[in-house]
Amino acid sequence: MTSRIADVFARLRADHRTGLVTFVTGGDPDAARSAEILRGLDRAGADVLEVGVPYSDPLADGPVIQRASERALAAGGNLSRTLDLIEQVRADVQAAVVVFTYVNPIFKMGTDAFVARAAAAGVDGVLVLDLPIEEAGPFRQTVVNAGIDPIFLLSPTTTDTRIRTAAELGRGFLYGISRLGVTGARAEVASGARALVERIRALTALPIAVGFGLSRPEHVRQVGEWADAAVVGSALVDVIARAADSPDLVATVERYVAELKTG
Amino acid sequence: MTTMDATVPPAGGSVGLRDPDARGYFGAYGGRFVPETLVAPVEELGTAYFAARSDRAFQDELTSLLNRYVGRPTPVSEAVRWSTQLGGARLLLKREDLAHTGAHKINNALGQALLAVRMGKRRVVAETGAGQHGVATATACALLDLVCEVYMGAEDMERQALNVVRMRLLGARVTPVDAGSRTLKDAINEAMRDWVTNIQDTYYLLGSVLGPHPYPLMVREFQSVIGAEARQQVLALAGRLPTAVVACVGGGSNALGIFDGFVNDRHVRLIGVEAGGDAIVSGRHAARFATGTVGVLQGTRTVILQDAHGNIEPTHSVSAGLDYAAVGPEHAWLRDMGRAEYTSVSDDQALEAFQRVARLEGILPALESAHALAHAGEVALALGRDEVVLVNLSGRGDKDVEILQARGLGTSPVGVAGAPQREDGT
Repeated sequence: MTSRIADVFARLRADHRTGLVTFVTGGDPDAARSAEILRGLDRAGADVLEVGVPYSDPLADGPVIQRASERALAAGGNLSRTLDLIEQVRADVQAAVVVFTYVNPIFKMGTDAFVARAAAAGVDGVLVLDLPIEEAGPFRQTVVNAGIDPIFLLSPTTTDTRIRTAAELGRGFLYGISRLGVTGARAEVASGARALVERIRALTALPIAVGFGLSRPEHVRQVGEWADAAVVGSALVDVIARAADSPDLVATVERYVAELKTG
Repeated sequence: MTTMDATVPPAGGSVGLRDPDARGYFGAYGGRFVPETLVAPVEELGTAYFAARSDRAFQDELTSLLNRYVGRPTPVSEAVRWSTQLGGARLLLKREDLAHTGAHKINNALGQALLAVRMGKRRVVAETGAGQHGVATATACALLDLVCEVYMGAEDMERQALNVVRMRLLGARVTPVDAGSRTLKDAINEAMRDWVTNIQDTYYLLGSVLGPHPYPLMVREFQSVIGAEARQQVLALAGRLPTAVVACVGGGSNALGIFDGFVNDRHVRLIGVEAGGDAIVSGRHAARFATGTVGVLQGTRTVILQDAHGNIEPTHSVSAGLDYAAVGPEHAWLRDMGRAEYTSVSDDQALEAFQRVARLEGILPALESAHALAHAGEVALALGRDEVVLVNLSGRGDKDVEILQARGLGTSPVGVAGAPQREDGT
């Protein structure tokens, strides 16, 4: 049985299309609007929905996602509520759903409990920012056993040896970090991104999504020349933050995603 | 040659003798929980550190700096009046407050700054809570011609304003951190964000036995000079080993530094003192071993203060240096093994010990160290006069005068307002 994520990327390759992976923080600005945003992202054509778990100490994130985390926490968000949110929208969305989190909320819930709940909620993949492959052993096995794809990040600093290991242990796709640093939109695609994708491509057939710093249709187009998909996070979270109090919030988000897809 | 002086123990004490496993675990604690981009820099750091610590030239250079620049060995002073007043064991103070810059932090800052130079990094970032690590890092960077940037929680910048000025005078850039609780934890997040962005030329000079492997090991080894000296000094002064060694524990570097000298003396009690804040029942404290549970914070698996969803809980202490939600992983391991024991002391108890030691011994201890002093007094009280309690007086209290004034201390024209003025029996 192949996973929903694998199907998504197989279809993208068959259609010669660049995939769009969107990141939003679960529960930002609150649970009800977050659910509507996820449905809107799917309607607008996002291929994979990354749902961030609000966390008190997001040390790999820049200010935009930090503030989203704070808003979601203030609105009562947490790992458990994020899984509830996914469960609530799962039947309505076509896209694959990936939980994007720091490790401590998972450890606190307990790996077994987390994986059982994630599987029941219809989660397709899990990406844990501060759980590098060396620490991921038992967690990864539990995730795989539940039919969920463990997704690993690869950075310009990742050695070829570790890329091979991540490709062996990872499922669904590999997430290439385009630049050194924290999350946050930039004016241009990082110069080292292509070299990283080419290094990964030479070592594995797993699909590759590239993220960190992408915000514009032309970024998506550019990344699509060498990678399977582009990830847009901070820029989208910023669109949500700016339109949070507007009755047009979901429509604004959909317009932005539709525009990204023209890339 | 100073470095070979027989009276001066080599820097590092038990260097290389009590390593964690290859993955950086002390029992169930430690490890490397870092974002992917930091995996390679952390490995590079580990390789560089292991090479440096077995390099005689590196160790000699550090020892020379510690002796000629820091003023090591720092003395052990007997607290004669305080001991007499208590009527219990003899209290001996390891005087890290007399080290250059006024705290033990300089031992680690110089060690790591030398390592940064050895690794070819020209820029250093650091976090600081009370500001002592920031001052020590700014000092080491001035001495070794490194660019220095220190992240400090905005709340800590207010309550430790003197140290902010000191850092700036030393040429460091001090950047306020307004996120989260605006204290040490948030400063570490920001320093790590800087490091992950600038890894090519930047060295992250972490100030305590925290963070991903090899930091907890490396920082303990740079601080172990405290215990190595203290063991010899106590033997020379008292002719016996102490019954107990007491130190305050924020991250826990001064504690591990002094414990290291005695950890193999199985009958010597090792006691760590955490910040009890307002009171444990109030929830406003930083006593991880009192109400904490196992989790991951900032790269290491250890005992932390967290809520039911794994978010880090806010902490409170009158002392900025103890105001942190995680304890060093090796402390958690020492506790599990029963080799060290941990307790906590409230803000009020620490302030009382501060006043007592100021008036009886002529020493203004840092509020962090005052926590250790408060508990050491209790331990000494329960022991006989032939026994010895050693306290790590980890830093001096000049930085804390504004906090003390705000609490109404040091404002009375005679003595210390609210102090137990007649209790010394004179």
